[in-house]
Amino acid sequence: MNKQHQTPSGPTLLKQCEDNWQTDMGAIFFGERAVLRGKDVLEELGQHHWMEYMVFAVTGRESKSLARLIEAIWVISTSYPDPRLWNNRVAALGGTTRTTGALAVTAASAVSEATTYGLKTSKGAIDLLYRFKDKIDSGHHLEELINLELKQNRVVWGYGRPLASGDERIVPLMCLARSLGCGNGPFVKLAFQIGEYLSRSRYKYQINISAVAAGLLADEGLSTNEFYYVAALSFVGGIFPCYVDAATHKEGTFFPLSTGRIKYKGSSSTRKWHTPGD
Amino acid sequence: MNEPGDNTQREQITTKIWREESEPDNPFAASACYCSGYDVYGDLLGKISLIEYIWLLFKLEPPSKTQAQLLESLAVALANPGPRDHSVRAAMNAGVGGSTRASALMAAIAVGAGNLGGSREVYTAMQYWQQCGINLEAWLEIIANPPTDERTDVWPEMEHTPGFDPHGASCPTPVKQLLAHLSALSNGGCLSWLDNNRQALEKQAEIPLTYSGVAAATFFDLGFEPEQAEIIYLFLRLPGAAAHALEQEKTGFRQYPFFANGLTLTNDPGPVARHE
Repeated sequence: MNKQHQTPSGPTLLKQCEDNWQTDMGAIFFGERAVLRGKDVLEELGQHHWMEYMVFAVTGRESKSLARLIEAIWVISTSYPDPRLWNNRVAALGGTTRTTGALAVTAASAVSEATTYGLKTSKGAIDLLYRFKDKIDSGHHLEELINLELKQNRVVWGYGRPLASGDERIVPLMCLARSLGCGNGPFVKLAFQIGEYLSRSRYKYQINISAVAAGLLADEGLSTNEFYYVAALSFVGGIFPCYVDAATHKEGTFFPLSTGRIKYKGSSSTRKWHTPGD
Repeated sequence: MNEPGDNTQREQITTKIWREESEPDNPFAASACYCSGYDVYGDLLGKISLIEYIWLLFKLEPPSKTQAQLLESLAVALANPGPRDHSVRAAMNAGVGGSTRASALMAAIAVGAGNLGGSREVYTAMQYWQQCGINLEAWLEIIANPPTDERTDVWPEMEHTPGFDPHGASCPTPVKQLLAHLSALSNGGCLSWLDNNRQALEKQAEIPLTYSGVAAATFFDLGFEPEQAEIIYLFLRLPGAAAHALEQEKTGFRQYPFFANGLTLTNDPGPVARHE
């Protein structure tokens, strides 16, 4: 049934891989050493800052300045400690129910992969910038691309923000980025050009921090996936305080809901169950 | 701040699923809970099966006897993917290391959510069903030319036809048994069509049908939406993950594969001189 490929496929491929994982990413040599991307973790990477290590792990690049920029983006854009924010609220709920810190924080972090905010927006924003840049370089006009994006997808990732009209994080992030020698690249410029057009359109969408972060890191050469990976845990700075706070309040007191807070909109009134028939 | 008990100005959770009445002495405790109009503790308890209750939660109406039987059969088939399955292995890794039991299920959910044998595959296969129904020509076309989106997503792209096993040789016996059983139960519909056209689809996909494909057909036959199918498939596979995680927790890591000789580091720099 399987195609007769040059390379093995089907069960033949799995047999070849059984107890056989070939990798250049990393491994531990117990009692001796560990290696990441061809470098000794203890001897060559042990002095790195954590973010530098993370950037190397994800991208293979060793860059203090890139790590510093990513750290700044994390602090400014994704670390708000308000337990009303949906992902943070998961951690606060975990705190109030006295679950473990790791469970609450990882669940909240997973929830940060959202559509109206968070990771999907971030990945969508950098993807948009790369797609638009390619098309502009091949002769398309920006306005035409934006209108097509809106027509086809009804959303332009990185623009507009739920619950707010503007984004107060942009100015401080751009200030910090410029202090690091960043912020003047073509992708950041494109991000703001799109924002300018959309803010004047009938949609009145404002640029949000996702598009700015995407522009900054696209200018640093991060791929769409690399940007997504380095952003994946970026919300924990806001998540942790919400867990810690709720865990130190009296249990069960984080925004309790009385029964009257449920607004039933179902069509069925009270009824009796009968064993189903065909 | 509102006065206690005054909910007129308070934000509310809007739901078509659930209604509660409060105990006279405590507005934070329910005296009765109604699921789509049925008194859960005063009426359903003792009358309704778990599968019928799950159906009610998602559909807000009771299932027919056949619908409940179909969903129950699928639930039995999916309940334990077995200890070689990726999602169950994820749960067992939590078990052998002594991790929290919740993390075992979180691991099973995360790993069992993907495009290969996971709930995202069921979601995508459901979209194929929505698009093609029981039109063989449409299926052959979508298998040959799968839909693509210019935009990237947090979900990786599908690397094989959804519902089919990219590493399969021929359709495994249990998959055929499950499809035959469900097809006979459903008495027509997509499952019977799939049973009759399985080999044509497999020939086009060049890989055999697998559990996720049968699950998608069942969910589609039962009128579930793709997102409902995605999430129901996720939790229907958890019982086995839970049981295997607990078993391995007791058995311990010494009797669990570590693949000690299975990894080859292709760029090992060897020991590096220690910086004093």
